[in-house]
Amino acid sequence: MSTPSNLTAADQAANAAALSYPSPLKEFWQSFSANRGALIALIFFAALVLAAILAGVLAPHSPTEQYREHLLTPPAWVQGGSLQFLLGTDELGRDILSRLMHGARLSLMIGVVSVVLSMLPGIVLGLLAAFYPTWLGNGIMRAMDIMLALPSLLLAVAVVAVLGPGLVNTMLAIAIVSLPSYVRLARASAMTELNKDYVVASQLAGAGKLRLMFNTVLPNCMAPLIVQGTLGFSSAILDAAALGFLGLGAQPPLPEWGTMLASARDYIDSAWWVVTMPGLTILFTVIALNLLGDGLRDALDPKLKKLA
Amino acid sequence: MLLDIRNLNVSFGSTAQPFQAVSGLDLAINRGEIVGIVGESGSGKSVTMLALMGLIDAPGRVTADALQFAGQDLLGMKAAQKRQIIGKDIAMIFQDALTSLNPAYTVGYQLMETLRLHTPLRGAALKQRALELLEQVEIPDAKSRLNAYPHQLSGGMSQRVMIAMAIACQPKLLIADEPTTALDVTVQAQIMELLVNLQKQNDMALILITHDLAVVAEVAQRVVVMYAGEVVETSSTELLFNTPRHPYTQALLASIPEHSKGAKRLSTLAGVVPGQYDRPSGCLLSPRCPYATDTCRTQRPPQLPLSGTSVRCFTPLNDSGIPSHE
Amino acid sequence: MSEPNIILEAKGLSRHYQVSRGFFQGHATVKALNNVSFQLQAGKTLAVVGESGCGKSTLARQLTLIEEPTAGELNIAGVAIAKADAAALKALRPKVQMVFQNPFASLNPRKQVGAMLAEPLQLNTTLSASEREQRVREMLQIVGLRPEHYHRYPHMFSGGQRQRIAIARAMMLKPAVLVADEPTSALDVSIQAQILNLFMDLQDELGTAYVFVSHNLAVVEHIADDVMVMYFGSTVEYGAKETIFQQPLHPYTKALMSATPAIRQEDRRAKIKLTGELPSPLNPPTGCAFNTRCPHANERCRSEVPVLRPLANRMIACHHIETIPQ
Repeated sequence: MSTPSNLTAADQAANAAALSYPSPLKEFWQSFSANRGALIALIFFAALVLAAILAGVLAPHSPTEQYREHLLTPPAWVQGGSLQFLLGTDELGRDILSRLMHGARLSLMIGVVSVVLSMLPGIVLGLLAAFYPTWLGNGIMRAMDIMLALPSLLLAVAVVAVLGPGLVNTMLAIAIVSLPSYVRLARASAMTELNKDYVVASQLAGAGKLRLMFNTVLPNCMAPLIVQGTLGFSSAILDAAALGFLGLGAQPPLPEWGTMLASARDYIDSAWWVVTMPGLTILFTVIALNLLGDGLRDALDPKLKKLA
Repeated sequence: MLLDIRNLNVSFGSTAQPFQAVSGLDLAINRGEIVGIVGESGSGKSVTMLALMGLIDAPGRVTADALQFAGQDLLGMKAAQKRQIIGKDIAMIFQDALTSLNPAYTVGYQLMETLRLHTPLRGAALKQRALELLEQVEIPDAKSRLNAYPHQLSGGMSQRVMIAMAIACQPKLLIADEPTTALDVTVQAQIMELLVNLQKQNDMALILITHDLAVVAEVAQRVVVMYAGEVVETSSTELLFNTPRHPYTQALLASIPEHSKGAKRLSTLAGVVPGQYDRPSGCLLSPRCPYATDTCRTQRPPQLPLSGTSVRCFTPLNDSGIPSHE
Repeated sequence: MSEPNIILEAKGLSRHYQVSRGFFQGHATVKALNNVSFQLQAGKTLAVVGESGCGKSTLARQLTLIEEPTAGELNIAGVAIAKADAAALKALRPKVQMVFQNPFASLNPRKQVGAMLAEPLQLNTTLSASEREQRVREMLQIVGLRPEHYHRYPHMFSGGQRQRIAIARAMMLKPAVLVADEPTSALDVSIQAQILNLFMDLQDELGTAYVFVSHNLAVVEHIADDVMVMYFGSTVEYGAKETIFQQPLHPYTKALMSATPAIRQEDRRAKIKLTGELPSPLNPPTGCAFNTRCPHANERCRSEVPVLRPLANRMIACHHIETIPQ
């Protein structure tokens, strides 16, 4: 090194020694699959989605057909059960397994629709609040505070009471109730990103406000929002079940899980399976989604830290 | 000899594919001596000290042939016994003083907590000693600072508080890990002067970990140069800066603007420090070393003594700065 | 210094911020930048030197048109920005680009290098996608990156390479002025040398004027043509590099230089010990801002703000340069 080395040669050598890194997706999968709970949850959830999509083919019976001679048949492994109805039948003689599989369609749809309906406006409002912090931002955040001050189920009941009961209104109500959490999350992560130099660099390159919001900042805020979306999915299913149970959600004879619970509550003493089966389904689905959300957070977060 | 480390190895990651953060490190520190450890990021200089302090948690693995402090063997020591020494006889300060202090408690409380752990002082005597310490690190208006919270202090002030906590039990060895990197130049000068003064007054050994060669040149008596987890050169400050024996030391010195006064371009060392996945099989510097031979590319050089210094190189440089075989 | 080819000129540039002090107290004004003037020729480098809180970053924000100055004039490439309409400002914006201190925060982690470098072209030119790609690939080569880096994400690069990407991005529009805010202080010494060389090469090739903000005097001495030393938002000394480095006159400049550690004995200046730290911007001292730390401060310094005046081939703001023993 006694003579100053030539720049281009030096630089080419510098780059020849560039480190090899696994691709972002592979890195994410390695980190996610290391979490056994999340992996089991993913498999369970995939099975649930498959069952919902293929319910028409896989389900042994129609969800609404009433077998009058088989009222309240217990599950197959209990004395008196039959292999014809694996999880038993309800008070009207309908096959519980088939109803749960068709119900999965409803619950998954409720989850997807209400998460989308709350996440999209939530992100827009959150970004606006972060980019215009004085008047608009304060206005948005105070409105969200008011919504947060009311118990969520109460607010959902109120919304349904105004709009009228039904599946579509249930989804709307759930979307409105979960809006504040997305707004707050989007705003908080956008505020952190806004302080970083790459945003200024983008501004210097000539990017306008809209481009800054959706092209520059938003992709860097997505990780926590995706996690929140997964958790919101599970709470949407729970809320829908709760509204269904209260008679304000999906109306019978739709095989929605919460509605199934509600109509079966008179038989808790005599036929435990009518209540237990939809209850357990809801429980497992929600646990799986929460585990999935945790797994996603763990897999996405350390990477973010490394990038920051 | 105060501290004697022989063949220290620290590795992270799976046993199948371990990452050697530190390998085969020998280090000896005498009483009352200032030793600088320099190296670029990823050279293992901080990890070495964390390993000495017992701060490497699983899955990190630490092995050594010897790890002796003041005649006591730190390796075979029980955890409780070790706690008696670490924090009392060996203290450490870090780069980011502001985050090293707990924001929920006052400076005085945290200082007295340290004293309570390691000394029999209680009550008024405790407070008196805390006050003395703050005065010793030249904090103006020390009495009122006892009640200050960390966020009310500037960067230089919190580093002084960290130093006060570190010297609270009159340690025999103080490890300073980039103590002034986060500070402004004029404040850096104040803190360095303070550290050197305290070192003299208390007759303690000081290990100064830094990437700033100039800081080391001004205060250290001996310098250890690290590269990619290995010690490449150990030497007295004067010898190291005048006649570097290892090509890496030479290149490091040459790349400082101060050394190219009047020249348009700075001399550079091509390439980057090898990472976790691309450690070369021979000498770790061989892909970047302008003097590398075939031997360098296939075999690891051992660390050998050479005219008053110790160098890990097959072809150490002579007094004119060229390899001895040429 | 008043040659015809002035590309950047600031006259009395000031920037004050309103800071809320609480619900009942009303607002306080923080004077982050006070009456700063300079001229910069095409292809030359002005180094702005100072410690944290001296207004360097605020100055950078004014020069890059991210913020509007509270008072003063700014001329970029002959256009006075105060009088320019929206369209003229939009056309002016690409003329000043910036390189940031921390290469780990200045690159968008979710964008590939190619897309990141193409963004300025996409927003400011009518080039087609394939023309843009060609220009980006040319630039990658100029800054010493390889073609296959085009599709990589920032986290796959080391700090030095990231800074190369940041420089490439700033240079895409061939700006007249490049503001570099401590561009090498987050890098290792050997990497710093590579990046400084790149800066020098680009300037030779493209004739870009640099405003180089740094606290590292060795780097400044290497790269600058003119030097402006700032303290607490104001210029204290401003002149040609040789003048300032050979004979610093202002007490702060002298203290800064003496505090900078040096490897060679002959480069070390007698230490001037500054006491205290930077005053709080919410509670600025009266008179000269440096009077709280200046060894020569007297009554006049505490009451009267010194104006910048020409003296010994430079501009200087001090009441009694003539009476201080040099």
